[in-house]
Amino acid sequence: MTKKLIGERVLRNEDPRLLTGQAQFVDDVQIPGLLHAAFLRSDWAHGRLVSLDVTKARERAGVVAVFTAEDMGEDWEPGPPLVSPPPTAKDVVFYSRRQVPLVKDKVRHAGEAIAVVIAESRYIAEDAVEDILVEIEPLEAVVDMERALEADSPLVHDDLESNLAAQLFQKKGDYEAARKEADLVVKRRIVIDRGAAAAMENRGIVADWDEKSQFLTVWDTTQAPISIRNGLAARLDLSENQVRVIAPFIGGGFGPKMMMFYAEEMVIPWVAKKLNRPVKWIEDRRENFYATTQERGQIHDVEIALSEDGHILGLKDMFLHDTGAYDPYGLTIPLNTQCHAMGPYDVENFASEVRVVFTNKTIVTPVRGAGRPQGIYIIERMLDIAAKELGIDPVEIRKRNLIPPEAFPYEHGIIDQAFAPLILDSGNYLPVLQKALEMIGYDDFVKEEQPRLRSQGKCVGIGIAPFIESTGVGPYEGARVTVESSGKIFVATGVGTQGQGHFTTFAQVVAEQLGVAVEDVRIVTGDTAEFHWGTGTFASRGAVVAGNAIHAASTVVRHKVLELASKVLETPEEELELEDGMVRVADIPRQSISLGELAALANPLRGAVEPGTEPGLEATAYFGPQYGATAFGTHAMILEIDPETMMIEIKRYVAVEDCGTILNPLILEGQIHGGVSLGIGNAYYEKLHFDDQGQLLNASFADYLLPSATDMPRIEVGHLKTRSPLNELGTKGVGEAGTIPVPALFAQALENALGDRQVEILESPLSPNRLSELLQGENAE
Amino acid sequence: MQSLVDLTTTVNGTRYEQAVEPRMLLSDFLRHVLGLTGTHVGCEHGVCGACTVLLDGESVRSCLIFAVQAQGHEITTVEGLGTIDELHPIQEAFREAHGLQCGFCTPGILTTVVPFLDQNPNPSEDEIREAISGNLCRCTGYQHIVDAVQLAAEKAQRRSKQPAS
Repeated sequence: MTKKLIGERVLRNEDPRLLTGQAQFVDDVQIPGLLHAAFLRSDWAHGRLVSLDVTKARERAGVVAVFTAEDMGEDWEPGPPLVSPPPTAKDVVFYSRRQVPLVKDKVRHAGEAIAVVIAESRYIAEDAVEDILVEIEPLEAVVDMERALEADSPLVHDDLESNLAAQLFQKKGDYEAARKEADLVVKRRIVIDRGAAAAMENRGIVADWDEKSQFLTVWDTTQAPISIRNGLAARLDLSENQVRVIAPFIGGGFGPKMMMFYAEEMVIPWVAKKLNRPVKWIEDRRENFYATTQERGQIHDVEIALSEDGHILGLKDMFLHDTGAYDPYGLTIPLNTQCHAMGPYDVENFASEVRVVFTNKTIVTPVRGAGRPQGIYIIERMLDIAAKELGIDPVEIRKRNLIPPEAFPYEHGIIDQAFAPLILDSGNYLPVLQKALEMIGYDDFVKEEQPRLRSQGKCVGIGIAPFIESTGVGPYEGARVTVESSGKIFVATGVGTQGQGHFTTFAQVVAEQLGVAVEDVRIVTGDTAEFHWGTGTFASRGAVVAGNAIHAASTVVRHKVLELASKVLETPEEELELEDGMVRVADIPRQSISLGELAALANPLRGAVEPGTEPGLEATAYFGPQYGATAFGTHAMILEIDPETMMIEIKRYVAVEDCGTILNPLILEGQIHGGVSLGIGNAYYEKLHFDDQGQLLNASFADYLLPSATDMPRIEVGHLKTRSPLNELGTKGVGEAGTIPVPALFAQALENALGDRQVEILESPLSPNRLSELLQGENAE
Repeated sequence: MQSLVDLTTTVNGTRYEQAVEPRMLLSDFLRHVLGLTGTHVGCEHGVCGACTVLLDGESVRSCLIFAVQAQGHEITTVEGLGTIDELHPIQEAFREAHGLQCGFCTPGILTTVVPFLDQNPNPSEDEIREAISGNLCRCTGYQHIVDAVQLAAEKAQRRSKQPAS
């Protein structure tokens, strides 16, 4: 048998380049004659574009061109819908309004692009932006979601009757009947606000049109290069084969780089073709705060009905979801919220209505977690409150409601973000909860340590939150695996990579099948010239969907290798083994042939081959899951609050994850650590503050606080493995798992630390200031 | 176009003489004039630390310095630390401890850690966290970065204890 590599702590293939500054990111692309772009953006969140005069900008030395919406003529058109609304779901209301390349008549959020300057340098381009005379007649901004739905609210889109973008109702069972049976009904309003993804690399795009070869090359910080290629071809009236989109090394994605056809992505390639010159645009951090998509804003009115022994009889969740100025990403986020609002629990009766609202704020698309943290926050908060009211231990109430292992696959009876029935493929929830309790020492802490610390006046609390994560959704991904005549393996796949370690985990999958060293597998991701079928890196699906496609292609190549080697070595296939880049006869190691020699034999230069023969040792395969695989876990934490400053210190943090088969535990742990870090930011540091005119008040890293090394605890990670039955490798995704339960966990631990103080935490993100305000509110009452 | 100023500076051991605009940032000079694109720009207001380079051996933010201020100084960027085939011991430790994911903040973290370990060869975990607290990373949660710095320090200690052969 070939050496086992899946599940090993293999060091990363990509690191030497990244560590020495030799990895190419989009802003590193240099082309002779490259021009630079800068955008004029709206200072107003809502207003009518009255006049725009770019004459002076065009006259500035070093400026090559300035374009406005008018200059784009018939090429001006809004972006395509990225995710279409469900055509078949009953009673769905959905008004599709998509972002525009440059503002034509009305500005709909602060930072929306109005004009673009193309110049010899970025410095000159930015100077010339200042030369543009723009007059905007400000309109009252639509900021608050509830106000937005009032009859006299100003409209974000004048052609609609209201600011309602979409409405969707889902139910299972009969909530109202369950409510009548209940011993306890808890009703609360929960408010969750926006945060930024804040990848360290801002967005950027370089477009190079070659008139003579009639070919467009684009480097783009996108998580979806293939869709960008196809969309650009359509927009620019080119064949898809005349466009190559490369997503090179990307400095973090976290969702917003999955958004397709940002204004700049529509404008820059168009300009490059128009001018027949290469053009680069690199977003700065301030632009990133205004123009890169954000997420999380929702207002929930939740009701949970329980029996006196703490069993959930039903859950009702009516909520508003802020989509910002446009809704290109359809209903993905609120559907994820609905699908996670029941968490890992067996809830028979559920009713949920979402109303999606247009506001004069930056567009909303998924950010790591993508609606799931909100869903988990809802159910976990409601269970905490119910446990208190019923006098049941918070851990015990969760244990009583977990879906039992024999209930899988568990069909929920509602639709998921793919508009397919929500089915949890597999799970074993109690052991991960138990393991988290053991790792954090729950009983000891609650019975001994906490009372001791409290008697010393310390404000310490514990929290424990189970969760699920839908991952690895379709439709499909593909890969091509080739044995080269050097004996090394080349793999091309369509998904892009943003730091997940695909160059290593995918190589492990291939190396295990073909008996080569992991470093001898070269992976190309996100280059449409190498592979042009696929959808993108989102929904924690890379390792599941692309991983299984690569596994499938490797398996076919392995068969081809063995078949050819069997002929050459005159030995039955079952007596052959692949190891160290060689095919050997099992008991006679001297009788062997290298993969490179076999590859050369499979590609003869002369002579005849049998009819139907395909050259080379190569295979292309695709994988499309029947439905998504659902990962799960439980996080636990102990924190201490400084009662003077409300600053918190996380004393212990435990994350127990079950994502099925683990490809590389080192990389998996890194994913969890990073996810938790974003979750901690979401819970206690990061909030985008918009004022009542839709102005973002903290659009810099000095004012919008990301967790730093001194804010982060050491995270203890535990694993359990419940294979997914939906794919060969048995994998489930893990990219977003770390983030999902953190705000819910934080709220629970804070309340626990505050002990007898009558404070209920019903909002996220919190901050030391906000917590202080909540406690003052308690005193005032 | 503003008038140009002559600049003489040494970067990674190579002396450069170049006329630049006085307003050009050192980060842009390194990246776009010299083509040393290993130095990354994440915020352009001195908070994220991705653009950190060494100026006469000390960590500085190249987005907060004009290129002309490097007149007569010696600069080291990530490209000056090690090569793909011969990583610097700290780079090696980052690989072994998985101290990077997307790698965008990494050059700035390396150029922060190099002088830190020179000055404090045996740091505690708290000291490491303090030292890198001015470098933002969105991928790792910092844990494996801290591990990498500890590993680099341990390896350096072991090397220094080995008798010279």
